[in-house]
Amino acid sequence: MRRCDGARVRRCEGASACLFALAMLAFGGGAARAQGPGLGTPVSEAEIAAWDISVMPDGSGLPPGSGTAAQGAPIFAAKCAVCHGASGKGGPNAALVGGAPLTSGIDTTKTIANFWPYATTLFDFTRRAMPWTQPRTLTSDEVYALTAYMLALNGIIDDRDVMNAETLPDVRMPNRDGFVVRFPEKTP
Amino acid sequence: MSGDRRTPKWNDLEVVAGNGLLDRRVFLAGGAAFAAAITGYTLSEPVAAQQLVDAPWSTTAGLPIPDYGVPSRFEKLVARTLSNPSGAPRTQHARTPHQLLTGTFTPNGLHFVISHSGNPDIDPGTHRLVVHGMVKRPLSFTLDALGRYPMQSRMTFIECGGNSAPLFSREPVQGTAQALHGLGSCAEWTGVMLSTLLEEAGVDPAATWLVAEGADSLAVSRSVPIAKAMDDAMIALYQNGERLRPGNGYPMRLLLPGWEGNMNVKWLRRIKLVDMPAMSYYESRTYAPILPNGKAYQFYFLQEIKSFITHPSPGLSLTGPGVYEISGIAYSGNGRIAKVMVTADGGTSWAQAALQEPVHPKAFTRFRVPWRWDGTPAVLQSRAWDEAGNVQPTRAQIIAQRGETATAVTNAAAFPSQHYNGPTSWAVGPGGDVTHVYA
Ligand code: HEC
Repeated sequence: MRRCDGARVRRCEGASACLFALAMLAFGGGAARAQGPGLGTPVSEAEIAAWDISVMPDGSGLPPGSGTAAQGAPIFAAKCAVCHGASGKGGPNAALVGGAPLTSGIDTTKTIANFWPYATTLFDFTRRAMPWTQPRTLTSDEVYALTAYMLALNGIIDDRDVMNAETLPDVRMPNRDGFVVRFPEKTP
Repeated sequence: MSGDRRTPKWNDLEVVAGNGLLDRRVFLAGGAAFAAAITGYTLSEPVAAQQLVDAPWSTTAGLPIPDYGVPSRFEKLVARTLSNPSGAPRTQHARTPHQLLTGTFTPNGLHFVISHSGNPDIDPGTHRLVVHGMVKRPLSFTLDALGRYPMQSRMTFIECGGNSAPLFSREPVQGTAQALHGLGSCAEWTGVMLSTLLEEAGVDPAATWLVAEGADSLAVSRSVPIAKAMDDAMIALYQNGERLRPGNGYPMRLLLPGWEGNMNVKWLRRIKLVDMPAMSYYESRTYAPILPNGKAYQFYFLQEIKSFITHPSPGLSLTGPGVYEISGIAYSGNGRIAKVMVTADGGTSWAQAALQEPVHPKAFTRFRVPWRWDGTPAVLQSRAWDEAGNVQPTRAQIIAQRGETATAVTNAAAFPSQHYNGPTSWAVGPGGDVTHVYA
């Protein structure tokens, strides 16, 4: 499978980078990998829109709309508090406010405030997965408002801050720089 | 069978390491007579010799053959343990009973399952897999269409990043191999190489990652580097020859041989080519273990080399002094298992185990060592090496780098951290009972 020959090899840093480079060369150069019968049906991005719910840390994928913590509070009380407790203090499911320092131990409970590196993840996960019993029923405005509410509960943004596709990616999470990539040679 | 059966041969076997570990080569040459002398593990008392008579099932016709076979009614205890059998709103775990299985492949009904919101009841006729984002031609695939692509089969283990997590406890957590290591299993997976579909869609050379997403209610999603997608990633459609089980992703899942279980996205419905990781909930929060200095590891892709002894292990008592087979499972996300060593004296001396052929890369490998137990306390442990030169670290090495809990963990189902791949030590007491210890 792996043919590391000539100049190509010397440009490769490690085994996986080498494979990667060769794969890309094979790809771009038109050299065939396993040839399929070509039975995929062309589909437009418009047709995929309802499934395309990925929000990236740079904010791409965020929909139009906006919300504030004040708008989020009543939605949270109605749709989330039953599992996450009043004001997100915790109930049958995780607390969404507070959190001990991560130096408290390797089994410290991870929270939005002490762990999550990106605020965009909070929007993405709330939109795709919550409320747990009725996922993907919230409007974009509701998701922005709930995201703002959870960030404000944790003192990460101000109560009056408006969250939208421009402001949310700029929110700096407290633990943004708290990570070490485990396998840098395999991580583009 | 009882523990004190004897054959003329067993007394002559060469002891190769402390506390009665015998030479593995007995399995290779002239092993048949010896194999008959090796005792099984039993939970019941040894039975004395008796006059043999026809049992009721031998004097009447048997039952009709069922259309889909299930194990004998006497095997009901061979089952997964469930963390959330009522399906309350939280994750469900089903753990593989390693101590009740042998060989290398996990029967489909016993394959471990983690479902964060239950198993979706997917109609395969309407399920679609979409490949889009940074591609020339966004494409949608039906299951029928994928069935007409060139297929490959491969043996691969899948293991949750949280498997064996109780071993981060300051004190050893008592539990069976199932309780401690049941979130890993091995199967033959058959499907279409992902590279074939990506080539058809025409990936933009600037794409560096893909985001894979399931059709479950939480739409679980994970980011995967394209290098892995082009290397050995598969869209798996079959598990041990039959369609995937619902808990394992029916009708299709992403298979990333050797990589963290959660990344092998089940119920796969969407692959989006992108130029950065999405930092999804499960990659940026859940599967990112905290280090002693308060930092956390991110992108812990690999399930690194590991081994543990399944026979004997807690719940499988020894019924008395005699010859037993120590056996277990070794595997590495980096390739084939090259060597397994076993100790019966807590690490003072080691014997090389026999490996069951064929040894597949990134798959469970069964190892075996014959052992003559003299009835005195023993501490068993295994250690594995892979073809890439990786050696299973000691628990002390892991704890030095990754830490352990400040207080003893009492719940074997807790996840104090993730990616423990050190050894597991079993202490055999004078009565033949087996407990979990650190050695
Ligand atoms: C029926 C119970 C239930 C309801 C209602 C519910 N959640 Fe959840 N929530 C869960 C469960 C269970 C999880 C854990 C999911 C997992 O780990 O797979 C969770 C996780 C979360 C998390 C991640 C927490 C963390 O730090 O890991 C957030 C954020 C969240 N929910 C927000 C919400 C919001 C906002 C609502 C209301 C729109 C809501 N939830 C309603 C059950 C619920």
